[in-house]
Amino acid sequence: MSDVILKVENLDVHFRSSASIVKAVNGVNITLKKKETLGIVGESGSGKSVTATALMRLLPKGIGSIPNGKITFNGKDILSLSDKEMRDVRGNEIAMIFQDPMTSLNPVFTVGDQIEEAVRTHQQMSKKEAKKKAIEMLKVVGIPEPEKRVKMYPHEFSGGMRQRVMIAIALSCNPKLLIADEPTTALDVTVQAQILELMKSLQEKNDTSIIMITHDLGVVWEMCDKVIVMYAGNTVESGTVETIYENPLHPYTWGLLESQITKNTLNGDKLPAIPGSPPDLRNPIPGCNFADRCPYAKEICSTTKPQPIEVELGHIVSCHFQTNSNRLERKERVYIE
Amino acid sequence: MSEVVIKVENLKKHFPINEAVPFKKSTQSVKAVDGVSFEVYKGETLGIVGESGCGKSTMARLINQLIRPTEGVVEFKGKNLATLGSKEIRSIRKSIQMVFQNPYASLDPRKTIEYLIAEPLAIHHIGDAKSRKKRVIELLEVVGLSGYHAERYVHEFSGGQRQRINIARALALNPDIIICDEPVSALDVSVQAQVINLLKDLQRKFDLTYIFISHDLNVVRYICDRIAVMYLGKIVEIGTYEELYENPKHPYTKALLSAIPKENPFDKKERILLEGDVPSPVNPPPGCSFHKRCPHAMEHCKKDVPAFVDLGETQKVACHLYS
Ligand SMILES: Nc1ncnc2c1ncn2[C@@H]1O[C@H](COP(=O)(O)OP(=O)(O)OP(=O)(O)O)[C@@H](O)[C@H]1O
Ligand SMILES: Nc1ncnc2c1ncn2[C@@H]1O[C@H](COP(=O)(O)OP(=O)(O)OP(=O)(O)O)[C@@H](O)[C@H]1O
Ligand code: SF4
Ligand SMILES: [Mg+2]
Ligand SMILES: [Mg+2]
Repeated sequence: MSDVILKVENLDVHFRSSASIVKAVNGVNITLKKKETLGIVGESGSGKSVTATALMRLLPKGIGSIPNGKITFNGKDILSLSDKEMRDVRGNEIAMIFQDPMTSLNPVFTVGDQIEEAVRTHQQMSKKEAKKKAIEMLKVVGIPEPEKRVKMYPHEFSGGMRQRVMIAIALSCNPKLLIADEPTTALDVTVQAQILELMKSLQEKNDTSIIMITHDLGVVWEMCDKVIVMYAGNTVESGTVETIYENPLHPYTWGLLESQITKNTLNGDKLPAIPGSPPDLRNPIPGCNFADRCPYAKEICSTTKPQPIEVELGHIVSCHFQTNSNRLERKERVYIE
Repeated sequence: MSEVVIKVENLKKHFPINEAVPFKKSTQSVKAVDGVSFEVYKGETLGIVGESGCGKSTMARLINQLIRPTEGVVEFKGKNLATLGSKEIRSIRKSIQMVFQNPYASLDPRKTIEYLIAEPLAIHHIGDAKSRKKRVIELLEVVGLSGYHAERYVHEFSGGQRQRINIARALALNPDIIICDEPVSALDVSVQAQVINLLKDLQRKFDLTYIFISHDLNVVRYICDRIAVMYLGKIVEIGTYEELYENPKHPYTKALLSAIPKENPFDKKERILLEGDVPSPVNPPPGCSFHKRCPHAMEHCKKDVPAFVDLGETQKVACHLYS
């Protein structure tokens, strides 16, 4: 299929940490088409950011490694590119918006300088043209008085405006793929709504594909076509947003959906919450990573790893009891501490 | 109506701006809190919502006596805090505790958990070493951690556990009221649910009053009895959670609620997208401070400050559409 822009197969990411190895990501698969949006959700520490960083080949040198896996982007084998070739891909074809907008802007340069530099590293352009482009990009992301604003420094911008600057930089080269790591978590709902609208309209215009990392399921329902659910380095479930909402199958996904507070959560009721905390990824886990918190776990869960199974077209689950011949009966109120 | 624990009247906090201009005294100020009045009743949870920078944390610090108001009055159980001596203030401070947003930054990494939780007791000279230790173990258990954790250090705990430790610390002095400033914003969904359940249990058990600051409108709706909506240093609307969510009146409240992300993939949401950013609290717009972004702004909104009017028993709004 020619309109697949990104294919990730069996990606593993390891970190060296003092005496041990952290298996941060295990066997992640992604297929993303042109103009599609994929959401990655999951508990803190489950490997969402690490997956994105690996795709950009920005893992810390000498500490992070990719012992297994294949990443094909726009026909190119990403893991076999030279550093220089990869730099061209980054910024030109894949752009990333990082979790924290303050740390990713340089405080000593003006906002205009930073957009111009981003534009000029990747495109042949005179200084004057780059300046014009910077103003134009600020206007595109809805910053008022862009002619004045280009001369200002990051600390003179509000959190929402800084995030829009990051988006302006990321989009200045019309990337084919935009990776956004919690782009709106630090922002207010009103600013979040503005930024999500903005991303959608730019995607519409440029046919951009988006990977959206978030732990806000509302953002997923809002933005995404498909979603993968991660838990402790594994993809436990993936499918279209409609499937994951209407027919989720993995017990962790159930817990995640139930503990989300929505407007239907009755004021005063006890909230469902998954008891306990995620496993330490430095120790080998022989069975299912979710076993010690799963209310449905049986003996096999702590001894044998469940394999991913396509239970219906495009809907993949890794659970011993959710297979083509077997279904778990979902129980009410099991996620109560 | 039950007992009033906190009463705030025309409270203002203006931070002067220190410009590095010699021989020129600063005349400008950030109007972080600019004339706020409300009451908090015993046993309730009052939510405070509003955009970043609208003055929520400043208000919390004013109530907790961490900073002094520029103008206005804070009363605790009928006593005007500005007129009290330092001894009385100290004893009232015990009754008003805070839990902060960032569970990573608010605990000293070099101290054991026992030290951190016992610290407020030590500061107020309560009990001896032995009785404090007993109290620490008791508090750890109250927040759902085992007593053996007392010997450990902060870095050995996850975000959710650290927030439990912060809560144990806030409970140490048997407060009447706890001000929670974004207590769950840094936590992910399942940990957030654990901490919220804990806060609710403790409220029931110890008859606590909460002021709950958050920008997650679903969380606020779930946990609060009444909610105050702030915009640029002022409260623009206050009411019970049903009133505010079922029948919001102020155009800003409506925009805020419409910005909550979808409930499910099939949800078709009508959005009121606000233009522009929050105006500067240094030069707030004249008249209604929301008029530059308000889809309903009328001529007199640009000149006259709307009064806070009663719309019934509990709901109040400051908007010319209702005056
Ligand atoms: N440089 C590193 N060295 C060692 N371990 C690391 C490093 N970077 C990440 N990890 C580990 O990899 C795991 C996955 O982390 P990651 O940042 O991807 O989580 P996440 O899903 O993005 O979480 P969050 O929602 O909190 O952002 C964690 O256990 C983390 O401790
Ligand atoms: N010590 C200070 N000196 C000067 N200005 C201050 C000080 N503290 C707060 N401010 C300003 O007062 C205003 C209100 O800040 P505050 O922290 O109360 O907002 P907030 O509603 O808690 O925002 P957030 O949701 O981002 O936490 C902001 O413009 C802030 O920059
Ligand atoms: S007072 Fe006027 S400007 Fe302010 S919110 Fe109401 S209608 Fe809008
Ligand atoms: Mg992350
Ligand atoms: Mg604050």
